[in-house]
Amino acid sequence: MVRFFKRSRHKPEPLVRELIKVVGINQVLYTAEDLIGYEYDATIERAAPEVVVLPHTTDEISSVVKICRQYNRPIVPRGSGSGLSGGSVPIKGGVVVSLTRMNKILDINIENRYAVLQPGVINLQLQDRLATEGFTYAPDPSSQRICTLGGNVANNSGGPHTLAHGSTVNHILELEVVLPNGDIARLGSRVLDTPGPDIRGLFAGSEGTLGIITEITAQIIPLPQSLKTMLAVFDTVTSASEAVSSIIRRGVIPVALEMLDQEIIKIVEPRIQAGYPLDAGAVLLIEIEGIPDAVDADSELVKAACEASGASEIRVATSSEEREKLWEGRKAAIGAIGAAYPAFYLLDGVVPRTKLPQVMEDVLAVASSYGFKCANMFHAGDGNLHPTLMFDPQNEGVLDRVLECAGEIMRICVDSGGAITGEHGVGLEKTSYMEWIYSQDDLDAMENIREAFGPADVFNPCKILPNGHGCAVGHAAEINIAMGGNQTSADIYI
Amino acid sequence: MKQLNFVGLDVPSTEDLQNCVHCGFCLPSCPTYLATGHELESPRGRLHVIAGIKEGRIDANTKTLQHLDRCLQCRACETACPSAVPYGRIMEDARASIMANRNSIQPRSWFIRSFLLRNILGHQKRLRVAISLGRLYSRSGLQDLIRGPLKKILPMKLVRLENSLPSLRKKPFRKSGSLSSPNIALDKVALLTGCIHGELYPEMHSSTVEVLDYMQIEVVAPVDQVCCGALHIHAGDAEASRKLARQNIEIFESSGASKVLVNAAGCGSAMKEYGRLLRHDEDWRERAEVFSGKVEDILEFVVKHKFDYQLGKVSDVVTLQDACHLAHAQKEKVAPRTILSAIPGLELREMSTPDRCCGSAGIYSIVQPDLSTQVLSAKLEDVLSTDAGTVCTANPGCTLQLEAGLRRESSDMDVRHVIELLAKSVQAGRDKTDM
Ligand SMILES: Cc1cc2nc3c(=O)[nH]c(=O)nc-3n(C[C@H](O)[C@H](O)[C@H](O)COP(=O)(O)OP(=O)(O)OC[C@H]3O[C@@H](n4cnc5c(N)ncnc54)[C@H](O)[C@@H]3O)c2cc1C
Ligand code: SF4
Ligand code: SF4
Repeated sequence: MVRFFKRSRHKPEPLVRELIKVVGINQVLYTAEDLIGYEYDATIERAAPEVVVLPHTTDEISSVVKICRQYNRPIVPRGSGSGLSGGSVPIKGGVVVSLTRMNKILDINIENRYAVLQPGVINLQLQDRLATEGFTYAPDPSSQRICTLGGNVANNSGGPHTLAHGSTVNHILELEVVLPNGDIARLGSRVLDTPGPDIRGLFAGSEGTLGIITEITAQIIPLPQSLKTMLAVFDTVTSASEAVSSIIRRGVIPVALEMLDQEIIKIVEPRIQAGYPLDAGAVLLIEIEGIPDAVDADSELVKAACEASGASEIRVATSSEEREKLWEGRKAAIGAIGAAYPAFYLLDGVVPRTKLPQVMEDVLAVASSYGFKCANMFHAGDGNLHPTLMFDPQNEGVLDRVLECAGEIMRICVDSGGAITGEHGVGLEKTSYMEWIYSQDDLDAMENIREAFGPADVFNPCKILPNGHGCAVGHAAEINIAMGGNQTSADIYI
Repeated sequence: MKQLNFVGLDVPSTEDLQNCVHCGFCLPSCPTYLATGHELESPRGRLHVIAGIKEGRIDANTKTLQHLDRCLQCRACETACPSAVPYGRIMEDARASIMANRNSIQPRSWFIRSFLLRNILGHQKRLRVAISLGRLYSRSGLQDLIRGPLKKILPMKLVRLENSLPSLRKKPFRKSGSLSSPNIALDKVALLTGCIHGELYPEMHSSTVEVLDYMQIEVVAPVDQVCCGALHIHAGDAEASRKLARQNIEIFESSGASKVLVNAAGCGSAMKEYGRLLRHDEDWRERAEVFSGKVEDILEFVVKHKFDYQLGKVSDVVTLQDACHLAHAQKEKVAPRTILSAIPGLELREMSTPDRCCGSAGIYSIVQPDLSTQVLSAKLEDVLSTDAGTVCTANPGCTLQLEAGLRRESSDMDVRHVIELLAKSVQAGRDKTDM
């Protein structure tokens, strides 16, 4: 006998009904079965929203914000959910505004060198489109295959090419945003200089706490005339770290300068066949671009610097396939760890470049004192580290030790004169580290900025600022521990 | 009422699920995510649902299962995933372990689907009767009438449904036994002629035989071979496909062929996975592994041999639609391109995303018509923008879907299996030497 399934007779709440009135039934999700898709990002944090709205226009977003204010529900903007700090996880419930359906490239203006984009445009989608015109958009997070431009601005994302071109904030000309009161504002302008303080800049790194970014005018640049990608092989992480400073000292700023250590090479190479020697202690992936003569001259300087630091091999990619392979290994590294280990905890810290050799030694020593394998693939040129601790979550009490170890590693970064996040944002997970690098006055000032836009609990509450600053949620580490153990899905623990 | 849950032999394994790190890299290659922008119509979302059901955090009810149901099982996400998540088998396992519940609590539509598949595809005779009726309809002129003058006055839904039917004018391919026996045979292979394939697209089989004959390969089509079971396994009916798998293994083993060749990518991929399908079956596990090791796609087989010694000219511009189950499941994107590039006079003009599903996906186009149409529309735009004369495929399902789509767009672009073009080139080569 076949039985009919009972239809859910769940009658939508008044909030949901009003939202449906504005954006239409197909743009609002409110059943438990649909909401679970919006309870996560690329971290372990989980919290389901009460409603998800998938708007198509800025006007719709403006109305949605006004309705949410009326019902006193917090709003969490969400791009692709590839964030690595719990930024788009609605820890206080409320309404998630998913921008995935606002994914049109509105205009590409080659003469004035800008592109006008909806916030849900995918980073790589933009680059691919621009490439057909001989142009590019410089910031290239390793997650560029999926992350949205809106998320990039909100997290001020960087990537391998940040070294020469700067992070997202350096490439944004104008933003259209919806503020906490539902007003639509345009910040900055399409020309290079705007008088007065740079309010547009405040949105870079705002992690969805100040408003929803609804349109982005981004600067575009011509593709380089010439490009060289090199792989330098070293016996130790220390000698590779020395080479990094030595390259910069010689006056070369490569567009990218990435390091992969032995542990990560062993994980990546068998899966991706990127061409990294399996017996290397560390490799540097170096890219130089510009006019052909300058590229040739710079690459000689880079070679000399690497050789002086003890490189055992320096290889220049001779075809675009070889170049892509070298990069694929770097960009797919995090995923490859996921294939090799049931769980891992990826940190994001910055240190002064010159301190790299010492910091790397200290980090590896701390990890091994806890008995963890630690893999490193990171933006060495910017001193932006991603030490990654691998572990088995089934082991009793392991999460405590991971977090303790991570804390010690963060301390090393801060003590060396660095900071607690290079590019992944503070989000939910690193709020308590904020006190390590900012004074109470600094934090108060940040809160004042937030409140200048509107009440702190309207957009993405409990993000960025630590306890006591508009939020009563404990440090994410405590949540992690509470969740620990019997997870079926592996996660990136930040 | 008993709660629906994952039960039985095929419950998705924790090890498989654990590989997913929620990075989202698979999202942009998922046709259903691209069409909807809805996280739960993405691979990451579906894996999250499956893991949640397994952990008991998420109810398996019609609403959650609908998200699993909307998956095309095209496995593009598997190719995109840097973490090697075996998405295809996780989804098959999830569906199978829902269908392992008592009939009375299975989702109604899932139950009906399996019932129909079991009672039609598993039965050659019934299938042939159904197809013969269709053929009668095609040849009677009624089809022309509906596609022509009557189109405007009939209800849209009916016209759309009718449009997805193939035109069945050709004589079916129902041969079995020895299909080709060259004087000096270099190898002997067995061909899967399939349940529905030879009925719909006889020329794919005749071309396959023609090419193999030219390559001096002896071909047999074992009598009594049965449907490969791919559609059953996709629908979650693991038991039915295990039964068919055992039958086929037995029959093909006795053919004495060194290889089992398949010219339908979906069937080939299922047969290459018989080993896993029968992994719990002590008596069959090893036999199934050995059998799966012998299965090859026809295009894969061709490029492993010398095939381009006497090809003639075929003047055409073609574009290639990668069959998902060849490109993503069998990880073979090179062979079809190697073959097309070897044909003199032929220009291969790639579309922008040749490895994105056309929305056919077995019976998907029938059970999820709306999403399938959306996926197809995106595909057609890409196909048509190449301005090619022919779009090549490697699977009858894709052919069916693309033909329907092109008809809808009133395009006269031709749809052909790669092997048909190769056969054409072989003929042209022969004609030239005969002269
Ligand atoms: C494998 C992997 C590699 C990564 N590599 C890098 C890297 O190299 N560099 C790097 O910087 N990051 C990296 N990331 C992190 C992440 O991809 C970036 O932070 C990215 O910018 C997030 O984009 P998203 O669209 O996924 O945003 P989400 O994760 O959805 O959101 C991120 C934050 O932005 C806010 N937000 C999103 N859209 C808007 C909007 N329109 N308006 C206002 N706020 C908004 C959210 O509220 C949230 O706080 C990586 C992630 C992964 C999984
Ligand atoms: S399936 Fe693979 S690509 Fe997709 S989210 Fe999981 S790990 Fe990432
Ligand atoms: S199999 Fe295809 S439709 Fe299903 S989740 Fe993967 S990419 Fe999407």
